[in-house]
Amino acid sequence: MLENDTFVIAGKTYTSRLLVGSGKYKDLEETRLATEASEAQIMTVAVRRTNIGQHPGEPNLLDVLPPDKITYLPNTAMCYTAEDAVRTCRLARELLDGHNLVKLEVLGDEKTLYPDIAQTFVAAEQLIKDGFDVMVYTSDDPIVAKRLEEMGCVAVMPLAAPIGSGLGIRNPYNIRTIVENANVPILVDAGVGTASDAAIAMELGCDGVLMNTAIAGAKNPVLMASAMKKAIQAGREAYLAGRIPKKAFASASSPIDGLFF
Amino acid sequence: MKIIVNGESKTVPDNCSAQQLVELLEITHGRIAMEVNMEIVPRSTYAEFRFKPGDQVEVVHAVGGGQEPVEGRGLGLRI
Repeated sequence: MLENDTFVIAGKTYTSRLLVGSGKYKDLEETRLATEASEAQIMTVAVRRTNIGQHPGEPNLLDVLPPDKITYLPNTAMCYTAEDAVRTCRLARELLDGHNLVKLEVLGDEKTLYPDIAQTFVAAEQLIKDGFDVMVYTSDDPIVAKRLEEMGCVAVMPLAAPIGSGLGIRNPYNIRTIVENANVPILVDAGVGTASDAAIAMELGCDGVLMNTAIAGAKNPVLMASAMKKAIQAGREAYLAGRIPKKAFASASSPIDGLFF
Repeated sequence: MKIIVNGESKTVPDNCSAQQLVELLEITHGRIAMEVNMEIVPRSTYAEFRFKPGDQVEVVHAVGGGQEPVEGRGLGLRI
């Protein structure tokens, strides 16, 4: 195990490189159990209208997983315009008593859930001006990733495959290029299906992985959360250890010197 | 008077305060945020803040959410 292998987002140090979403779970208890099993230190939440008068005594996510135990990352999921994304972040900041860390995601269409990069730039600029620390969801375009970093985003989070698709790392070369160019944390956000996908993202040198569906949609979400935690750690250690180069032919692992036949 | 709360028309007492609205909505946990005509109303000012007829009010809370669309309407009207 590695000691002191931490990373920093907006001045705060984290030891877990697995970031989780809190959607799609059966109930709040399953959300809590899976989130705890993941040992994630950052969890995304959505901001939605209160269901007026329907369940006044219903437990609240903030009671089940209090923000002093885990860093909340309000996200702008389902926003299709910069304006909606900025409004959502401002409401989230008020909701969480001045908390400035947000995940910006402006979607382009419902079929692909690909980011609308033009609107993402507009929203990022406004949010950074407003004092937010912006972790931004983007496509796996290295130039876009670099521009978002230059604007002042605190982390850039390219997709590995479409949101919720579970297709894994579709373009490892782009992800690696983004990582090599970056001076801020790069996290794969979206597309992970199973533990090996998370490990591959980390082996490519990503600082972390953000996932929701892969855990919440598994038959046993709590067990998958544990698997993802280990995959992230394994991938990270393999990246730091430095893998052997790939070769087309065999390379004996026993010594040739001293053969007696 | 009538105001719009989370997209629905609601009759509230004239000169209703934000605090009164929260009580009318039976929200007890306090973990909410409010926006009136696209401007945030800080929780610390709920007692003084007074609505005007026709105000557009959004009352929101945190729910489980990941990358993908979650249940419940977002703020956007295009969805």
